[in-house]
Amino acid sequence: MADLVNLTIDGKAVAVPKGTLIVDAAKTIQNDIPVFCYHPKLKPVGMCRMCLVEIGTPKMDPATRQVVKDDKGVVVIAWQPKLNTACTTPVSEGMAVRTQTTVVSDAREDVLEFLLTSHPLDCPICDKGGECPLQNLTLEHGPGNSRFEYENKQHNAKHVPLGDLIYLDRERCIQCSRCIRFQDDIADDHVLQFHERGRHMEIITLSEPGFDSYFSGNTSDICPVGALTTADFRFKARPWELGSSPSVCNHCAVGCNTTLNTRLDTKTGINEIKRVMPRQNEQVNEIWLCDKGRFVHHYTRAGDRLQKPLIRQNGQLVETTWERALDLVSSKLLGASSVAAVIGDRIANEDAHLLTKLVNSNAKGETRLSPALPASYADLARDYGVGVGFDMKQLGKGDVIVVVNGDVEEQAPVWFLRLRQAVVDRGAKLIVSNHRGTKLHRYAAHIARYEQGMAAQWAAQTDDAALSTEELTKARNVLFVFGDEKLDAVSARGLAQILVGKLVAAGQIGKPNSGLLPLYPHGNTQGVFDIVAGTRHSGNPGVLSVDVAWLVGVGDTSDAPKARFSVVSELFMTALASVADVVLPALSFAEREGTYTSGDRRVQRFYRALPAVGQAKPDWWAVQEVARRMGFVWNFASPAQIFTDLAANVSYYSGLGYEVLAKTESQWPPVGRDDLYYGGTGYENDGGIGVRYASNPSVISAPTLPKMITSMSDLKGPARKLYQTGELIKRSDVMQTHIE
Amino acid sequence: MAEASAISKLMRIPVGFATVLKTLLKKPVTVQYPDEQRPMSARFRGRHHLKRYENGLERCIGCALCAAACPADAIYVEASENTNEQRFSPGERYSKTYEINMLRCIFCGYCEDACPTNAIVLEPIEFPTGYTREGMIYTKQMLLEVPPTGTPATPQVTQPGTFDRPIIPFPAIDSSV
Repeated sequence: MADLVNLTIDGKAVAVPKGTLIVDAAKTIQNDIPVFCYHPKLKPVGMCRMCLVEIGTPKMDPATRQVVKDDKGVVVIAWQPKLNTACTTPVSEGMAVRTQTTVVSDAREDVLEFLLTSHPLDCPICDKGGECPLQNLTLEHGPGNSRFEYENKQHNAKHVPLGDLIYLDRERCIQCSRCIRFQDDIADDHVLQFHERGRHMEIITLSEPGFDSYFSGNTSDICPVGALTTADFRFKARPWELGSSPSVCNHCAVGCNTTLNTRLDTKTGINEIKRVMPRQNEQVNEIWLCDKGRFVHHYTRAGDRLQKPLIRQNGQLVETTWERALDLVSSKLLGASSVAAVIGDRIANEDAHLLTKLVNSNAKGETRLSPALPASYADLARDYGVGVGFDMKQLGKGDVIVVVNGDVEEQAPVWFLRLRQAVVDRGAKLIVSNHRGTKLHRYAAHIARYEQGMAAQWAAQTDDAALSTEELTKARNVLFVFGDEKLDAVSARGLAQILVGKLVAAGQIGKPNSGLLPLYPHGNTQGVFDIVAGTRHSGNPGVLSVDVAWLVGVGDTSDAPKARFSVVSELFMTALASVADVVLPALSFAEREGTYTSGDRRVQRFYRALPAVGQAKPDWWAVQEVARRMGFVWNFASPAQIFTDLAANVSYYSGLGYEVLAKTESQWPPVGRDDLYYGGTGYENDGGIGVRYASNPSVISAPTLPKMITSMSDLKGPARKLYQTGELIKRSDVMQTHIE
Repeated sequence: MAEASAISKLMRIPVGFATVLKTLLKKPVTVQYPDEQRPMSARFRGRHHLKRYENGLERCIGCALCAAACPADAIYVEASENTNEQRFSPGERYSKTYEINMLRCIFCGYCEDACPTNAIVLEPIEFPTGYTREGMIYTKQMLLEVPPTGTPATPQVTQPGTFDRPIIPFPAIDSSV
């Protein structure tokens, strides 16, 4: 770093980049200046006055403009007469800061006493109690007593629904405006605002319906008091009672890192997820999470989870033992002349790998991805994808981000937050091209339109100057974000090919921050594709006609092949399960471990958080048991061993393993440690930040369309909404009013 | 030490008989529990009781601080939200589930100390006994006091605004002392 500024904090020398705020500079030397309103992800406002410190700069001689030195040659510091806020003051050369003097600690005590004048002190019933910045800082810096009468406290409404997901307690609010600034600066949903002034100031929502944002849950994490609580976790448990397991969200291609907080529930008698919290990964989701990832977890403990294997007898599905079900499946597979496996794109890599391995042992075995459409372009998205060192945080001035045919906020909400920051805060140029309006249109430097379904044709023919080869060559990096909405397989692949062509022509191949970024439908589309690709795999499974079909986590009925005998591994009695011959109860992501590959090819581990439901087993276990009955000598004891086998067989994954994926690195800003006040209650990353495998742009894809595309001619990408109805979201009570 | 003489060894026999004879004439200290009970100190820490306010509302607000303080991990609390139509305790929160495993409890009284509303009290009455392990897990219904005469049991229907806050203020602390 070139522009380092030297200063001393409590006599300790520290060098930080130019523009750093004092509070952050102090943090780098483990000097925790207390804050409430300041948050390292938000712009500083200096509202709470908690971070007051003594600041001095080298004394200058007014006549000579030289630094004044005393007899001993030490620079004289001119201390500012009043305390100043460390969160709004950037460092300057030679600056001196004192954070431990009596004046400073008196100021902290006074600020806390004022903050607590009308704070209800109902910590015993407050959901934030135990992980509350106000509680922690009062213990550390606050007065032991209050000079204010309890009876004189101002009483405000304690149960104000801002929306149906977030409740506001006006008494607890200390008006730090972190929630308002998050909504304004990061989510760009201007739905919260201050109302009235002085003692009557309160947070109100301006939208109808209230708090209309996909990111509302994050405000509860960064609220430094218990003013904002989620409808989902309200009074569910105390924070210290919760178990926590690192996990990965599988609802979209982002692959947000999460922590599942679990606790025993006396009603059901087993552990359940009480809340889903973001787990810091500055490469993926920073400390944010969308409301779908946060609140759609109730399906893991839905009452209608499949608990026992079922087989069809006399036209009815009846409960049976695993022994009988596995025997039946293996005997059918042994006698089958043709076999197909259809693997849903939320299934872990390990399960997909083992099933693919089994099915490919059949001479006519085929493995396919569900939904099928992404298979038409996933190889291009992988081989010409972003580089290994890709980091959305580095996108900024000089970079061009082109979003084609995708609604990033609906399809990958956290990418929306990060792309928006690259454009709005760091000056990247955004070009949006779509057949309809999206939220990203607000920041576009250039907008292109085309008829619905004509994205590829538009991309091929466009003579937009903004997308000309010269412009793209001039750019520091070019990132193409694209989706398959309303496209058929030919157009979707065509679009990807044209975008690749533009990257190649502009000489942008091989740069870490240049490449394709696909908006896949779910969390492991790329992973399942990587595994089934290269086998007899591609195309639309719906047109297959086979003896035995094994469907794992397939949601769409049109993805089911015509099969004489079908096996379905599922969580619920879905439409496909109800017409199957054998139904095997599977484990949800929270009850097992495994890996997912996100849309930007980051392979990430998730861990077991809950015990199994009934007799449900992980899919890999069922596959292995069937394989053993068919004569295979497989002895995989855990997903870790299967992943080792996967890494040995799928070249892209070579060199990866569970130990590598579990590695973490120190991240800035620090979050979720003892100093909760600094970054909010999101969790520190203790489960691994994952590894992005290398793209392979040397593979120039064939100019002709692959054969598989022809079998997908009847497919068309749906317009995906974040809260569109599905088997998982419909089992979350808090989401009911949001489902579209 | 010198060997005890033969005479002193012999003398031990009548001393032993004398002790037996003396005790035979005394009233035995054994008490026929549970038909008879020894008097207890008023501050003896026996089994837990969940107290109520005079109006019948439960003092327990489900904060689970007792469970946090419990060194034996004997207490399990699940909370839920009060409404004016179904009010169990003052404030927003009440304990939906409150269980104490009496086999684990060591009767240290830390739960009493931790309780912000003086809801849980260890009282020298009713010693926990039982024949099964399950029976020794005391549920909220077993721990909760009966409501004072003339007051309804919980949940009660209350007027909006009357019981909004969970903690009855303590007297002001005189900081000059």
